[in-house]
Amino acid sequence: MKIAPNVTPAKRPPEFQDGSSIRLPSLQILNQDGSVAAGANIPDLPRDQARKIYSDMLYIRLLDERMQSAQRQGRLSFYMTCTGEEASVAGTIAAFGAQDMVMAQYREQLALRYRGFTTAQFMNQLFGNIEDLGKGRMMPVHYGSRELNIMTISSPLATQIPQAAGYAYGQKLKGKDACTLCYFGEGAASEGDFHAGLNMAAVLNCPVVFVVRNNGYAISTPCSEQFATDGIAPRGLGYGIKTIRVDGNDILAVYAASAEARRIATQEQRPVLIETMSYRLGAHSTSDDPSGYRSKEEEQEWRDKDPIQRMKNWLIAQRWWDEESDSDLQKSYRIEILAELKLAEQRDKPPLGDMITDVYKTVPSHLFEQFQALEAHIAKYPDRYSA
Amino acid sequence: MATATLPEIGNQPKSSKMNLLQAINSALDIAMATDQRVLCLGEDIGHFGGVFRATSNLQTKYGRDRCFNTPLTEQGIAGFAIGLAAQGSVPVAEIQFADYIFPAFDQIVNEAAKFRYRSGDEFNCGGMTIRTPYGGGIDGGLYHSQSPEAYFCHTPGLKVVIPSNAYQAKGLLLSAIRDPDPVIFFEPKAIYRASVGEVPEGDYEIPLGVAEVVQQGTDITLLGWGAQMAQIIKAAELAVDEGISCEVIDLCSLLPWDRDCVAQSVTKTGRLLISHEAPLTGGYAGEIAASIQQHCFLSLEAPISRVTGLDTPFPLIHEKHYLPDHLKIFESIVATCNY
Repeated sequence: MKIAPNVTPAKRPPEFQDGSSIRLPSLQILNQDGSVAAGANIPDLPRDQARKIYSDMLYIRLLDERMQSAQRQGRLSFYMTCTGEEASVAGTIAAFGAQDMVMAQYREQLALRYRGFTTAQFMNQLFGNIEDLGKGRMMPVHYGSRELNIMTISSPLATQIPQAAGYAYGQKLKGKDACTLCYFGEGAASEGDFHAGLNMAAVLNCPVVFVVRNNGYAISTPCSEQFATDGIAPRGLGYGIKTIRVDGNDILAVYAASAEARRIATQEQRPVLIETMSYRLGAHSTSDDPSGYRSKEEEQEWRDKDPIQRMKNWLIAQRWWDEESDSDLQKSYRIEILAELKLAEQRDKPPLGDMITDVYKTVPSHLFEQFQALEAHIAKYPDRYSA
Repeated sequence: MATATLPEIGNQPKSSKMNLLQAINSALDIAMATDQRVLCLGEDIGHFGGVFRATSNLQTKYGRDRCFNTPLTEQGIAGFAIGLAAQGSVPVAEIQFADYIFPAFDQIVNEAAKFRYRSGDEFNCGGMTIRTPYGGGIDGGLYHSQSPEAYFCHTPGLKVVIPSNAYQAKGLLLSAIRDPDPVIFFEPKAIYRASVGEVPEGDYEIPLGVAEVVQQGTDITLLGWGAQMAQIIKAAELAVDEGISCEVIDLCSLLPWDRDCVAQSVTKTGRLLISHEAPLTGGYAGEIAASIQQHCFLSLEAPISRVTGLDTPFPLIHEKHYLPDHLKIFESIVATCNY
């Protein structure tokens, strides 16, 4: 350990620092009107991939709107939208390969969509039906898929952060050209697991890219009551992690930063931290009402910075997209979403036996006993327990 | 019976005298030699070999990638190990003292234990084993003495294992490492060096979830695990002079536990005494007692006795008074038999 000697002249009082002198800039490439900021380098993003990113953002915006309504109609118990933050997730996931593991928080449905999670799969999880990969065990939006290398979402915050460091270490040991992409919010960064995970990743040289979505709020708690510093990015510096802050509503800035982050993680075998600056336009969840803790003016200010509109402006300026294609696509997405919603809510629930499987690899005898007692009880009162 | 037959090498069972720590070290060595995926991680476990030297020489033998120090963060160690296991490694994480496992409680209880269930078996972290020294008897006071096994036994999805001697330690640890579910492996540090016995040098496993009948008897069943077994056996010897024949059972695995073995014994003896170092209230003896009274109610001749630590933090100066030693167990044997 090398620490430079303090050569401050003894006459002056000892000098303390609080890091406030460090102001990390935010990378921006696109203006809201779709024009490119003066002097900005545009990342290499082919037309088809740009269209896919845009289409997936549009799809998730519509899915969120539809499922929020479905919850209000009482068809669904719970839902969480990512409205306003689409580019933070779409721009990151698009820079990674299918072999890279994704360990997310709960507002990253775009990562699933981008990797090919189908409308039916979203719906099956949301309704916890017999075709849900999670066997109806978790609340809505706790998606996951081994096939797509997306770890099942867990409700406790920040637990995925040290896990992602460990997962990435395993990838490194196996010599794979693969890394782990780990998402969380700025509120979760207050958890102990954030500090444990970032420090371990740095010390043990883990190829993991941490993406902190700074969306301004942790449920009702604003950033000003979450931390005293300039966002989360300075913490990356504190752990010796290569760090960048980006405009999270700017798809090109997010993509450019993410592509370089993946290169650093896999080639230099070390962690990276990206802080995407954005805003949670919707409520925390369907159980929340933001009108009690923030103003309409503040929301409007961010609505005017809509990341989907910004990308659309850029695509149209590039002549890669037009309004007619846009409305056609929206129409087809709406039809598909509604049709799959209706199918999913009518599917059977998972069998009762799924209650006791997967606790362990094989069901232990004491669980069989408890299950047999439950079955006998249900047989006596079938009406009480029918679906 | 859990006793595995000694492996034969050229018709000669090759074994040597080992203490419990050496047996642990031997198990880790064999696990790492036989499976490239096995990794050891924890505080000070690298070149130094851990504060108790359980991981001695492993870094030299298998390299820094496979046996490495971590920063001082129990929640980080547990989380990191879960991630490794989910990726396909077989991590054996050391928590330096069981007293310090609580920062990792969320990772163990909310994450490791539920990983397979919550994903519908899309993912699991079953390759993970957490080793941690537990228990009193070393003048460790509040924070180097605790027996927190009951907290973990209350969590579906975990397996909890505690060996009581060198032979068991090696065979059970090899089973734990190779088990497809996450295992918390508590090591009785008070007898790390004191427990010495013949241990096969080769590879062997003792099945999890199976208790060991250490001594046959007819009047009362004495049940325990870990370091407490030595106290129980001593008490059973004292009872002989009183004309009491004790059957002694070492539970070995607490979750899942071998209820059939205990119930069969209690059906025969009609009496049960359970002893653990952890406090009485909410201790694992309560769970066993409730289950056995349900299954053996008509065979019981006396109330089930629990001989445990007091419901206090673990004291330093009064450790000897706090611990459920052989004399406390002996007195309870006599009282139960004279009920």
